Amino acid sequence: MKLFEIIEHTADIGIRAFGKNPKEVFINAASGMFSIIADTRLIKLKEQVEIRQEAAGYDELLRQWLQELLYQFSVSGIIFKEFVIQSLSRNDIKAIARGEKAQGKIKAEIKAVTYHELEFRKSKDGYEAKVIFDV
Amino acid sequence: MSDNIWEWPLEKIDDYRWRLPKSAKAGMRVDGIIYADEKLLKDIRHDKALEQVANVAFLPGIVNASLAMPDIHWGYGFPIGGVAATDPDNGGVVSPGGVGFDINCGIRLVRTNFKYDEIKNKVQPLISSLFDLIPSGVGSKGEIRVNEREERQIMLKGSGWAVSKGYGVPEDLEATEENGAISGADPDAVSERAYERGKAQSGTLGSGNHFIEVQVIDTIYDAELAESFGLEENLVTVMIHSGSRGFGYQVCDDYLKTMMHCLQKYAINVPDRQLACAPVNSPEAKQYLAAMRAAANYAWNNRQCLMYLARKAFERTFNMSWQKMGMDLIYDVAHNIAKLEKYKINGKEKILCVHRKGATRAFPPGHPELAPKYQKTGQPVIIPGDMGRNSYLLVGTEKAAETFYSTCHGAGRVKSRTAATKAFNADKLVKELESKGIYVRASGRDTIVEEAPLAYKDVNDVVRVVHEAGISKKVCRMRPIGVLKG
Repeated sequence: MKLFEIIEHTADIGIRAFGKNPKEVFINAASGMFSIIADTRLIKLKEQVEIRQEAAGYDELLRQWLQELLYQFSVSGIIFKEFVIQSLSRNDIKAIARGEKAQGKIKAEIKAVTYHELEFRKSKDGYEAKVIFDV
Repeated sequence: MSDNIWEWPLEKIDDYRWRLPKSAKAGMRVDGIIYADEKLLKDIRHDKALEQVANVAFLPGIVNASLAMPDIHWGYGFPIGGVAATDPDNGGVVSPGGVGFDINCGIRLVRTNFKYDEIKNKVQPLISSLFDLIPSGVGSKGEIRVNEREERQIMLKGSGWAVSKGYGVPEDLEATEENGAISGADPDAVSERAYERGKAQSGTLGSGNHFIEVQVIDTIYDAELAESFGLEENLVTVMIHSGSRGFGYQVCDDYLKTMMHCLQKYAINVPDRQLACAPVNSPEAKQYLAAMRAAANYAWNNRQCLMYLARKAFERTFNMSWQKMGMDLIYDVAHNIAKLEKYKINGKEKILCVHRKGATRAFPPGHPELAPKYQKTGQPVIIPGDMGRNSYLLVGTEKAAETFYSTCHGAGRVKSRTAATKAFNADKLVKELESKGIYVRASGRDTIVEEAPLAYKDVNDVVRVVHEAGISKKVCRMRPIGVLKG
């Protein structure tokens, strides 16, 4: 199964993330976002942050999760590569994100995660989500 | 740009205006009006911009029409190049999605005394010097670090903060929209997180489409106006494009969450959650506007700091003071902002909330809010193009009352960043531009291909439409000779 794919958008960029369950979709969406921001292939797992978010429903929670990771990246410089979700429901997520500060690996800026065409739904093989970023 | 062509029912009003009737989508309160010619319309029909024009027409209290400038393209919420005014007395709303994350992203134009021939052999060292002095790239942090007390001052005083620190002169403020500081900013409406993201980013360029360009005036359209701005053919100019950096992104995000709850609270129906909004007179909207203004002031201060660093780079390269080089600010305009402005609607004076998302304010001669020096000329309007073609200086006109004194803001993208990355090669592009006499430097190689000239519409087409439609007037055109990309 494909983990995620890039969505073309005239001004911005988006991703479609896939998974057998919501957890996988959240992880793959985060990996997809950081693959736009940086070359994550050689990123080591040197530092970690704890993420806790609440929202009304999976779609908004997914946006919150990504936005929180983006905020943590913007203030710490840590490029996140590994995501361990400890608990996930429709309304809250608790997770650990691990990565490394590596200024030289950064490719592009994502300014924010938008609500535009935000989607989270059941699919034939599990679940999928769509998110558009402001770049 | 997708391969789909969106068949929206457009009615031709004249060669430069098209109507998207409110019958096009159930829920539209007013028509959409698109400023474009047949050529630009072809590109516009290829992405979802027209649907977004229709979506904006859902906003409660929207006045006259959902407007789109000729550079419109698919954005999030509003199209980029979208303008909408709402009437607070009639349930009018403010939508953070009508401003965007990069609050007061904008542009300034600086003149010099140099003729092209005098500096043409020094463009490379000049760009290197700009590159050394101006922090650029993703999350770039600068030398200008401020504590929380000073950050509050920046939110209130805008460019005035930089000038008080010696990063400019009072004349720079007169040449900035709102004198570099819009009133009504409230530092207490701004979150801790925005403070955190803002403290090291004053005087930093950022990345993506943000740039500093050294240019030469190649065509004069109105000699009298050009002369009044101290401009003539072959003169070297400098253009600076940046915004409110992480500070503004955070402010927008904080209030989007608030506005999401407002949709239910005020029973507002919009077809895209990114258009979440609240009545202008509600406490939530007032708080958003106070924080948005703080971010707008942060952005004006940022561009003032960037201009200070650019002047320093010129001083270093040419061994002369910036005053001696005549590096005066022509003007600085915002192109992502919401403002309360006075208009006459059906003979009655009204204060409207004008959203400009990728659009430029263009006040006509004699407008009471313009500084004395622009009373005769009208407000300068600065339109950057892509890095391979042209940029323009225009002025506002009375005719632009029909667009709430708004005009286009740039060329407008036509190819997505991913498509550009597949289609172009960085080394080849740099060589091609060099053969045209344009020296390019970027902090990221990906930026060069993403920003390739052919990823954009031709700014000449866009400016022709606003000029012919009469909503602004051409003064002169520049071509790039040196580019620093973020």
